[in-house]
Amino acid sequence: MPNRTVDKVAVEARAASFKTRSIKKESKRQGLLMVASMIDLTTLEGKDSAAKVRALCQKAIQPDASLPHVPPVAAVCVYPRWVSLARELVGDHGVMVASVATAFPSGQVDLPTKLADVREAVEAGADEIDMVIHRGAFLAGQLQVVADEIRAVKDACGTAHLKVILETGELETYDNVVRASELSIAAGADFIKTSTGKVSPAATMSVTLVMLETIRSHFLATGQMIGMKPAGGISTAKDALHYLAMLKETLGDAWLTPQWFRFGASSLLNDVLLQLHRLESGQYTAHYDVTES
Amino acid sequence: MSPSDRLEVLKTYKLFINGAFPRTESGRSLLVEDKRGKPLAHLCHASRKDLRNAVVAARKAAPGWAKRSAYNRTQILYRMAEMLEGKSQEFTDVIASTVPGGKSRASREVAAAVDRLVAYAGWADKFGQVLGCNNPVAAPFYNFTIAEAMGVVCVVAPAEEPLLGLISLLAPAICAGNTAVVVGSSEHPLATAILGEVCATSDVPAGVVNLLTGQRPELLEVMAGHRDVDAISAAGCTKAERTTLELGAAENLKRVTVDTSKGKEWYDLERMNSPYRIQPFVEMKTIWHPSGA
Repeated sequence: MPNRTVDKVAVEARAASFKTRSIKKESKRQGLLMVASMIDLTTLEGKDSAAKVRALCQKAIQPDASLPHVPPVAAVCVYPRWVSLARELVGDHGVMVASVATAFPSGQVDLPTKLADVREAVEAGADEIDMVIHRGAFLAGQLQVVADEIRAVKDACGTAHLKVILETGELETYDNVVRASELSIAAGADFIKTSTGKVSPAATMSVTLVMLETIRSHFLATGQMIGMKPAGGISTAKDALHYLAMLKETLGDAWLTPQWFRFGASSLLNDVLLQLHRLESGQYTAHYDVTES
Repeated sequence: MSPSDRLEVLKTYKLFINGAFPRTESGRSLLVEDKRGKPLAHLCHASRKDLRNAVVAARKAAPGWAKRSAYNRTQILYRMAEMLEGKSQEFTDVIASTVPGGKSRASREVAAAVDRLVAYAGWADKFGQVLGCNNPVAAPFYNFTIAEAMGVVCVVAPAEEPLLGLISLLAPAICAGNTAVVVGSSEHPLATAILGEVCATSDVPAGVVNLLTGQRPELLEVMAGHRDVDAISAAGCTKAERTTLELGAAENLKRVTVDTSKGKEWYDLERMNSPYRIQPFVEMKTIWHPSGA
């Protein structure tokens, strides 16, 4: 693997520059609708229940009954045990079912258990699998172990799309993020994803930029497109619009679709809806203007 | 260098939102001149987005403030009075040099404002006994009514008695456990600006009192229509301003109270220190408790 070094200062300055963009009125409206369509509406709590998953799926299909022009979100993201229920609930509304697998969020079990986890989710009807890499092995330099695991999981996925979670909050340096991204792409990832949302820091603009640039290098070298999913900590519509500006200016219009870019989030959708309500009514909104999610 | 050569340092006041002193996001400022037209200070010209940020802070602080014991709210209001007393010279000077009337009038106003805070500090753990009641019912129930905080109250301070008027509206609202967003007088905003320093040093939790200086007409309509504001307490309003408030308030049924006090009435203790000035900012809750005959 080529030994490149990320310029930390430059990356962070470049990422911060996207936060100064002012996106207003009609472009904001278009942007917000695009953000909504790119959300993997997520619930990954120990206290998840059938009722919670039902509410989530309902909201995924129709985010807000009083804003009928808001499209369904890209996917719902749940633990494997809720996949079959989610599959049944989203039906043919165009919402994908994504499931975390491979002993999410730590990934600290043996490979056969991880593969069984994946197969179970796929058989239950998952369209997309979000796996976690073995960060312990990665940081210990056992890159082959990490790559072999990803390859095995990719095989177990069959036709389901594979998103590989790097958990950048545990990778310590941008160089490691680049290395883990390249390794995941080489091992068969359809998407690379920043975080589980269980570790702080989760997604940041800078780490996402580093991953987007790795995707760009890979595309320029091979012509193959890879998807990107920042997840965790993106809770405001404003933040999400900044990510879209960064996406457009790093990878271009081809990536500006739910097929190639997702937000992993639980509360982002509500803020998007509140902003859309504000654009519609001209009035500032209240927390009771949207349903809980 | 003789003292007369020294360049005077004019203070630039900022807003007080969420326990901090941010600049207005609009970057605009107002120049305050004394009665002779000599520049006295610069302060922030708040925009509707500052108002929005203040409401967010107030909403966040509301549950915690309402949950504090009434006795603790008493202590904190009393502490505010102590800090205001400590700054009374500063308040007297700026009020005397900007508001019609001389130094003794200004000093009387500041003293009355301190006393008003003390009065409502006293009411914080007593108004419940005055406004609440036991209700005789013909069934084996103990039936009682208690007063609870509404949530976020916007205070629109009058131009007349800029400090005393502000305190007279603010104290009843926060003493009952509401959080407040204050828009200071546009004509005489300095007292509002300095009051932030009183709040910041007197154990008032972040977000409980938020103070904005700016142009009243610009903020009034936004405040009236803001769906996350529960009540408005205004004074010194024109007929048109009152209409604006009532029209916007109809949007989410917020309660609008317009105080018509003038001149000496601000100093009328019977009128101004009454617990019934708290009543517009509480919700009455009636509880039926089985009493076993």
